[in-house]
This record gives sequence, C-alpha cells and structure tokens, in this order.
Amino acid sequence: MTDLHLSVAPARDQFLPLAPPVKVSARDLNFWYDKFHAVKDIQLDIPEKRVTALIGPSGCGKSTLLRVFNRIYALYPKQEAKGQVLLDGENILDAKYPMNRLRSKVGMVFQKPVPFPMTIYENVAYGIRHHERLNRTDMDARVEHALRQAALWDEVKDKLKDSGLSLSGGQQQRLCIARAVALRPDVLLLDEPTSALDPISTSRIEQLVEELKQEFTIMIVTHNMQQAARVSDYTAFMYLGDLVEHGPTEQIFSNPAKQETEDYITGRFG
Amino acid sequence: MSTPLYRVRATKNLVAQVLAVLAALFGIFWLVWIMWTTLRMGVSSLNAALFTEMTPPPGAEGGGMLNAFFGSALMSMLGIVLGAPIGVLAGTYLAEYSSKSWLGETVRFVNDILLSAPSIVLGLFVYTLVVAQMGHFSALAGGIALAFIVLPVVVRTTDEMLRLVPSQMREAALSLGVPQWKVTLQVLYRSALPGIVTGILLALARISGETAPLLFSALNNQYWTTNVLSPMANVPVVIFQYAMSPFDNWHSLAWAGAFVLTLFVLVISLLARAIVLRNKMTHD
Repeated sequence: MTDLHLSVAPARDQFLPLAPPVKVSARDLNFWYDKFHAVKDIQLDIPEKRVTALIGPSGCGKSTLLRVFNRIYALYPKQEAKGQVLLDGENILDAKYPMNRLRSKVGMVFQKPVPFPMTIYENVAYGIRHHERLNRTDMDARVEHALRQAALWDEVKDKLKDSGLSLSGGQQQRLCIARAVALRPDVLLLDEPTSALDPISTSRIEQLVEELKQEFTIMIVTHNMQQAARVSDYTAFMYLGDLVEHGPTEQIFSNPAKQETEDYITGRFG
Repeated sequence: MSTPLYRVRATKNLVAQVLAVLAALFGIFWLVWIMWTTLRMGVSSLNAALFTEMTPPPGAEGGGMLNAFFGSALMSMLGIVLGAPIGVLAGTYLAEYSSKSWLGETVRFVNDILLSAPSIVLGLFVYTLVVAQMGHFSALAGGIALAFIVLPVVVRTTDEMLRLVPSQMREAALSLGVPQWKVTLQVLYRSALPGIVTGILLALARISGETAPLLFSALNNQYWTTNVLSPMANVPVVIFQYAMSPFDNWHSLAWAGAFVLTLFVLVISLLARAIVLRNKMTHD
C-alpha cells in the first residue's frame, strides 16, 4: 500500500524544473572601452526560451554585456571584447563568424523607440528584405505575423501605410519589437525597452515578453527590479563589471547568496 | 518675501527687457528700410521687358535683364550641381565614417574655415585655377566659383543633420544585419533629408547674390549666350555695374534686378523654413 502510494508522481512544483538547454554562453568574457575595463571575466549561461534579466546599478556593465551578444559595439572604434560568446556552440566573437548570420539570429530592441522614417509596413519589411527575397503575398504574411507577435497588429492593420513615427511611444516600441522578430531570430536582446515608456505601455511590453519567450531566448537589461522580478526566469546581477550572482530569479530575489546582491535588491544602494 | 527686493528685480527685468526690445528694433529697422527701398525703387522699374529683353548698351533706353537672369540661374544650378553632391558625400564621411579620426577632425576644421572664407578670395582662387588656364572668363568658371561657396555649407549641414539622427537608429538598422552603406542610404538619409535639402536651399539663396566670385570668373556679357565656355551675364554683376554707372536707365534696371533677387532669396528662405516646419510637425 505504501509502496503503491510512493510510486505516484509527486506534484511538479516540488522539484526544481529541469534546467533548459543553454542557448548562449559567455566564457572568460572581458570588455574594454579603450582603456576602461567595463566587463570582467564573465562566465554566464543563458537558457533557451527563457527570460534572463541583467540587473545592477548604473555603469555596472549590464548594457555593455548585452551589446556584446550581437557585436553591435563593433560599430565603434576602441571598443573591444575578448573571450568567447558561444551561440549554439559557435563563438560569435570569432572574426570569421559572419555578421549577417549573427544579426539575423540575434535581434535587438533599444531603450528609445526608434522606428525608421518609413511606413509601418516598411519598418517591419525592411530587415526581411535584406535577408530574403519574398513575393508580395509572403511578405504581407510575414509582416502581419511579426506585428501580431508584437501585439500591434490590431492597432495598425488599417494604417500600415502610415509613417512609423505617427505611432505613440509604446506602439513605436512594439513596432521595433516586430521589426526585430520579423527576422525570426533565436535570441532577442532588450536594452531597457520600457524605460522611456509610460506605465501602461510598460505593462503591455512586459506581457509581450512573457509571450515571446515561447519562441525566443530573451535577455533583458533593466534598472527596474520589480520588472526583473515580474518578467524574468533567471537573473544576473552585475556590479562594477563583475557578474556577482546568477540564478533563477526567485532565488536571487528571495535568497541571494551574496551580500552585494541582497543590498542592491533591497534598495540599500544603486 | 521682502517687497523692496522684488521691486528691484522687477525694475532690473524691465530695463533688460526694454534694452533687448530696442536692440531688436534697431536691427530690424535697417532691414525693413533696405527691403522697403528695394521694393519702392524696384517695383517702379518692373515691366515685362525686364524678363524678355537683353541688357541695353550704355545710354540706350529700355532693355531688360533676361540674359542676366538666365546666366544667374545657369551658374547657380552649376554651383549646386557641382557642389552639393560632393558636399553631401563629404558630410556623410564626416558624420558616419570618420568618427573622431584625425582626418575627420581636420576636414571638419578646414571646412569651417572655407565656410567663412571671404568670397572674393574664392573668386581669385578660381581665377587662377580656371580663368587663367583657359585664357578667358566663362560661365563654367562662375559655376565652379559658386560651387566652392556651396560646398562647405552643404558639408556642414549634412554632417550636422546626420549627427542629429539618434545613434540608436543607426544601431537598430545595423542590428538587423543591414550593411552600413545601405543603412546610410535607406534609413539615415531619409531621416536627415529635410535638413540636407534645407541646407542646399540656403546655399542656393547665398550664391544667388554673390558678386565678387563672379567678377573674377564669369565677368559679364551684354548679349545673350548659352555657351558655358564664354563670359556670361549674371544678376549681381549687372547690378554692380549698372548701379555704378551714370545712366538713369541702368540705375532703374539695377533696382529692378535687386528687387527680383531679394524676392528670390526671400522665397527660397521661406521654402527652407517651410520644409523645416513641416518636418517638425510630422516628428512631434
């Protein structure tokens, strides 16, 4: 009788969920702005189809770290990353890794919504056109799908020919998300995507992040700790260029291992 | 909350305000006077012949300035066609490619010098470079001289307008995997276009009144010509010569030319303003 009882599977929550496979990992990652050592010896595994939040006080290197994952920093001279960032096991920092492939696999959304000065439709189609030749019908379908994924379709379906700049700030940011997901990337980098938005737009974006993680591996930089707690599955806390602590969000927020983490999340500094 | 203190401040404010208003009125007064004189003297000399007949010989009655209007239009266009594309490309280099390199900083500095170089110096330069080599004055030399005035204006506005485009727009476009030249052409130019066009229009307004560089390059021509390799009439030089002459008929033609020129510059400036305003409205 007791044996039989034991054989019944226990409730799922009683165990830690199986760790999802790693999508991106940083190995011995260092970053310099000229002589300033901004990111130091980072080892970090980003699980697939989960949301990982990067938190920490201003200047801790969280945005810098994010900008390494699609090598957007390479736009500027005197910025240099050393070490490895493995995307599906391949080192994207290797000069031989094709930029085109990297940028189509890793999408990015920025702090300030920056729609291109073209129509809503063109904003989404712009990136696709560079990578693929699609006929009109397929392109329409892709644009619609991307706008639906960004929860913007219903608001703009009747004015796709309007300028992207005519939208509200929150809509513009969702347009930027649509533009990024339209390339069907594997990874989405969100750099403080809500810090320029009002609370209602912010909560829409947060809901959206929740939905997008079904399909994408998401990294989000935020200085809003409530946001990190609400949207992320994993949290990495950075301080002065070091990765202080990284783990499941619940654990970081309820039972951090390091004193600095606790001080920061309880608002003692930062 | 001491009232005497506030009274002192209010008085000071009033004095400052009155001084500022007076200074503004002083400046505007001369401007209005100039405009008014041009209007009064110019309008009375306006007639159909001005736009249909050639510049008259000394002492003759009647005549117009058709050859001069044509010459000015042609040489201004030449100046824009030669100067603007190079200016836009150089401005693009400064804003998008040079990023704090010594070459970029040097070009920017030299361009600022060129921007404030006296136009007569540019005229002399073109005289040595083109006129002396060809052995005669020509509309082509005039166009080249005007291009040297257009160039730094367009370089500066293109550079500034591109640098006003938020860097995140660049990054957003590049993060889609689009190469830099395409990003510049398809995203950044589109964003900066109204500003760049405004810069070109202002350059056009500026060169349409330039006299000194044309004196040393295109000189003047009493007759109608469309040959860019020959001297060509143009409004500023005709005004200059006719205004200095002893003939009443030439004087009134000079006034009429001055009036048309002022009106043209005014319209171009208004057009430039309209572009800026419309752009502001669609962006806000």
